Amino acid sequence: MKAIYKREVSSYFNSMTGWIFIAAMTAFIGIYFMVYNLFSGYPYFSSALGSTLYVLMVLIPILTMRSMAEDRRSKTDQLLLTAPVPVAGIVLGKYFAMLTVFAVPMAISALCPLIIKINGTAFLKADYATLLAFFLLGAVEIAVGLFISSLTESQIIASVGTFGLLLVLYLWDGLLTYLPASPSGSLIGLMVILLLVCFLINALSDNWKITGAVLVIGLAVLAVSYLKASAKFVSLLPNVLGKFSLLAAFNSFAQDHVFDLSGTLLYLSLIALLVFLTVQVIQKRRWN
Amino acid sequence: MIEIKNLVKRYGDHNAVDHLSFTVEDGQVFGFLGPNGAGKSTTMNIMTGYLAATSGEVLIDGHNILEEPEAAKQCIGYLPELPPLYPDMTVGEYLRFAAELKRIPKGEQADQLQKALSLTHLEEMEPRLIRNLSKGYRQRVGLAQAILGFPKIIILDEPTVGLDPKQVVEIRELIRHLAKDHTVILSSHILSEIRAVCDHVLIIRKGTFVVSDTPEALEEKLSAAGELEMEIRGTAQQAEALLETVAGITGHTVLEESSGLARLSIKTDRDIRETLFYAFADAKCPILELKPRMATLEEVFLDLTDDDDLIAAKAAALLTGRQDETQEEEGSCDESHL
Repeated sequence: MKAIYKREVSSYFNSMTGWIFIAAMTAFIGIYFMVYNLFSGYPYFSSALGSTLYVLMVLIPILTMRSMAEDRRSKTDQLLLTAPVPVAGIVLGKYFAMLTVFAVPMAISALCPLIIKINGTAFLKADYATLLAFFLLGAVEIAVGLFISSLTESQIIASVGTFGLLLVLYLWDGLLTYLPASPSGSLIGLMVILLLVCFLINALSDNWKITGAVLVIGLAVLAVSYLKASAKFVSLLPNVLGKFSLLAAFNSFAQDHVFDLSGTLLYLSLIALLVFLTVQVIQKRRWN
Repeated sequence: MIEIKNLVKRYGDHNAVDHLSFTVEDGQVFGFLGPNGAGKSTTMNIMTGYLAATSGEVLIDGHNILEEPEAAKQCIGYLPELPPLYPDMTVGEYLRFAAELKRIPKGEQADQLQKALSLTHLEEMEPRLIRNLSKGYRQRVGLAQAILGFPKIIILDEPTVGLDPKQVVEIRELIRHLAKDHTVILSSHILSEIRAVCDHVLIIRKGTFVVSDTPEALEEKLSAAGELEMEIRGTAQQAEALLETVAGITGHTVLEESSGLARLSIKTDRDIRETLFYAFADAKCPILELKPRMATLEEVFLDLTDDDDLIAAKAAALLTGRQDETQEEEGSCDESHL
């Protein structure tokens, strides 16, 4: 893992990708910092970070698009996969390398709250907590990019796919308001989600028995709880999906200045899930 | 030791590797011979753990490549068909990266690196970017990567492709050098190359096992099933009458007869050249030419690579010495067609 991590980091800095990413991130954080904090005199750096989130959506795919796809296209994955290194080591090495590149503009922007402090009142705790949330959110987005990149050989498809998925995650809360809130609508929606999950399980395990068991048990639980208390299904679907809102967790840091522990856990578990899925995709590919 | 048991790799409804089993003993130089698309690379990719087989087992030194991948991969150095190089690294950086991947202890890395560089004659290329290297040098960097750390088993997929004749000779030298204390497996679709370096040949065709033996034994099998071609001064009748008196002839055909010369082809089951000579000499019928008409390994291999299954089956039968069986099989095939 260490060898791959070192190679990836040096590769980012030997090519333009790493520098461009860092330069663009720093520039945009700088612009928002200047506008919000320096010129408008707003004491919270977190609001500048909140606006930078949209820049992240564009820049993260540039960072992640080649991570897995390029190795597969140029067949260098033959070197990595035939070396005595577990697949998880390869994936984590690449993931941590991307986090390292992402950490550079984060470290630079960690100076901003101090600059505010020099010029007056600063809310250091809130700002640094938001910076941590921003970093974790970026880490989730990098994991999304890593996963999409493992699905394809094409960097273009990887970057466009990542951008598309990130856009959906950003629009998540808005989209949820269009979902049916009635009990029966929620039931149908949850069943669709269950089907999608089963589809994923089947693709990963190639074992229809497990899939069938999950599907049957899931359907039974849904049906029984619906028959027992259908009132509880009112707007259940938007509520359940709303729990996965990435921006809501960030906003409780940035706007409400609250340390959102459950949001942090959401980020960490999403990262773990996506890295796990990436490992599975690569393992699975050997059988095709 | 490498054991391959009943390996199958299926892509859709096409079997790239079809129930292949063989064993490679320690210290052998083992050649994989087969036409393009025979399943050589697929088999090697499965042996090194890059691909997983649809069914069957690969044991590297007793370690199953799927169940104990790290222990098995630790014993293997692999040069795939396309050298897996990172163009943005220098040769030195790349090999140091490979050394770390292969978990060569820090203290030995520099030493190992120098050995690999000098064996592949790459010392002067160490600071060069791989992007700027020619095909031949890239192949050698790939080779250096494979032999780095000197694992017990070195697997090379078409190692001489794209090299000039001088480099080909150098690589063969290198393989012979490695063979002293390593197991080397290499694949090729060029027979002469395999014969030059290997002490064991496995011929595969369309993913199936054809024959596995030493090159010498294979040639011997071919000459055993030989034919003689003879030219005499005289008529064909004269010659045929004389041939009747010689034991060990299973059949003959007249190839040509003109202006007092006759040319015949004789099928034999043993070496009868001497008796033939005396028989004709006693009858004052001079033999002008007598030569064995055995199919060379080249010819047989050419037939083996033929698209036509019948021609290939005949060639395979020649090599395996099971002519009768295959003919019967062919017969049953014909019936089933009806």
